[in-house]
Amino acid sequence: MVLEFFRKQKYITVQQELEGRDIPEGTWVKCDRCGEILFNKELDKNYKVCKKCGFHFRLNALERIKITVDEGSFNEMDEGLLPVNPFGLPEYEKKLALAREKSGLNEAVVTGEGTVGGFPAILVVMDAEFMMASMGTIVGEKITRAVEAAVRDMKPVIIFSASGGARMQEGIISLMQMPKTVAALARLGDAGLLYISVLTDPTTGGVSASFAALGDIIVAEPGALIGFAGPRVIEQTIRQKLPEGFQRAEFLKQHGFVDLIVHRPQLKETLALLLELHHREEK
Amino acid sequence: MPAIMEFEKPLQELENKISELRNFAQEKGIDLTNEISILENRAREVKASIYGNLNSWQKVLIARHAERPNTLDYINCLFTDFVELHGDRLFSDDPAVIGGIGRFGGLAVTVLGHLKGKDTKENLARNFGMAHPEGYRKAMRLMKQAEKFKRPVICFIDTPGAYCGMGAEERGQFEAIAKSISVMVTLQVPVISVVIGEGGSGGAIAFGVSDRILMLEHAVYSVISPEGYASILFKDAARCREAAEAMKITAQDLFELGVADKIIPEPAGGAHRNPEIAAKNVGAALAEMLKELLAVPAENLINLRYEKFRAIGGLVSNSI
Repeated sequence: MVLEFFRKQKYITVQQELEGRDIPEGTWVKCDRCGEILFNKELDKNYKVCKKCGFHFRLNALERIKITVDEGSFNEMDEGLLPVNPFGLPEYEKKLALAREKSGLNEAVVTGEGTVGGFPAILVVMDAEFMMASMGTIVGEKITRAVEAAVRDMKPVIIFSASGGARMQEGIISLMQMPKTVAALARLGDAGLLYISVLTDPTTGGVSASFAALGDIIVAEPGALIGFAGPRVIEQTIRQKLPEGFQRAEFLKQHGFVDLIVHRPQLKETLALLLELHHREEK
Repeated sequence: MPAIMEFEKPLQELENKISELRNFAQEKGIDLTNEISILENRAREVKASIYGNLNSWQKVLIARHAERPNTLDYINCLFTDFVELHGDRLFSDDPAVIGGIGRFGGLAVTVLGHLKGKDTKENLARNFGMAHPEGYRKAMRLMKQAEKFKRPVICFIDTPGAYCGMGAEERGQFEAIAKSISVMVTLQVPVISVVIGEGGSGGAIAFGVSDRILMLEHAVYSVISPEGYASILFKDAARCREAAEAMKITAQDLFELGVADKIIPEPAGGAHRNPEIAAKNVGAALAEMLKELLAVPAENLINLRYEKFRAIGGLVSNSI
């Protein structure tokens, strides 16, 4: 895979309390939810899902593509598009450089074409390791181009969303990516093509309030935080603690905003089935 | 007399002095015409210097001014036979959004917008113009209705943002905003948005996907409030003045960035100092834009709208 050249192999950092023990760094990780100590290789084999409590660890774009797309079928698009700094903010420049180094990506989204269970699709994968996958000019541009490519090639689209929202440093231009991506999806819809939106942890703000909410079918990963405002902002507004499970995937499904919640080990086969159910033989 | 903002105080002091002198001259029967005219000239200079050099934060204060004309003021001034329509047909009627049908220059149009209150009591009732999902869903219903009856749509934007509460989340705030954007990108009638005060983020863009985006001279439109930007990026909400500058949120900034299509002039000191003139200017701009848009066939309208939003910030970056 082309992407692997750009990316360092990375592991989740070991929790503080473990450091005293004689364990090589990066071998073990503690589950964020149940505290179970997990062997990293085992965790990877289990799609980064805790074997004890089922907690879904976040995936970066490369990991997501690896478990979703048929091996060797992924061709990345627009990978050379670099972030822009429209207002020339020096702090933002630094943050971008750091994010690029940390994630090994040029921007917070990876787009491309590939097959899932043998069915061709355009894939869009957001990566929360890159500035919380906030949407600025280039994130919006890459998604729009990917959807336009799907219209041109008559392919379905699968978008894996994860985002803290619009990228503040690009100001109003970030906000304008919302109508831009939605307009592209409207054309996809007019062409009768399928759009599957997969909501992963976390999907909020300008991303949840634009393309992520508009899938013909909306799938969510268990426990994913999905909402418009982040929980902290809501708690500040209403001056009380939010109940357990508020804005989690299960809550969203119960309130009618998600079609189905799929555990990660079954996600690829579910997506392949949905693609198959919408597949039309070429005439 | 409108409430005075901090930066207007030097002008206020001069104006007070002038009226004191006038009273004094009248009471005592002394001729102070020269002194008064010197002060009046000075006041004119100060006025021009204050209002001609407003910084971004001062514009935020004007945009949020309690007496600034709201959506209902513009509806009352510019539309005849206005019939307000209520409810989203799904859950309830959101008082933070007003919508209905009226005549603009004789033509039946659909008009809607965020509605802030004029005082605390009304603001509490209208949630300070921060809509819940049902507000956006009411607006969408009225936009689809306008499309059916081939009426242009005029949207007034004036909101700190979409409401961030539990009920709003439970009823799918994100879905309502996304759907509203989606409805607007393919609406087969002309749509014009006017930012009359604050254009706050997702709450604003839900009414902002239009053929023409107009902004009043002192209106602001941003991805997050300056306070929010400062507290997240500077870790200090008090640095909101600095944030307002860095964010590029004024009508002038947005015109330069290609987001706003037209800046509508306001009377000196802001729309609240002379709401009739402000409304007249908004009316003239709307008439001009409507005339242009009514000449465009519906099919082209949607393509042009697509190209418009496709082009904003479509600045191609450096590529490796």
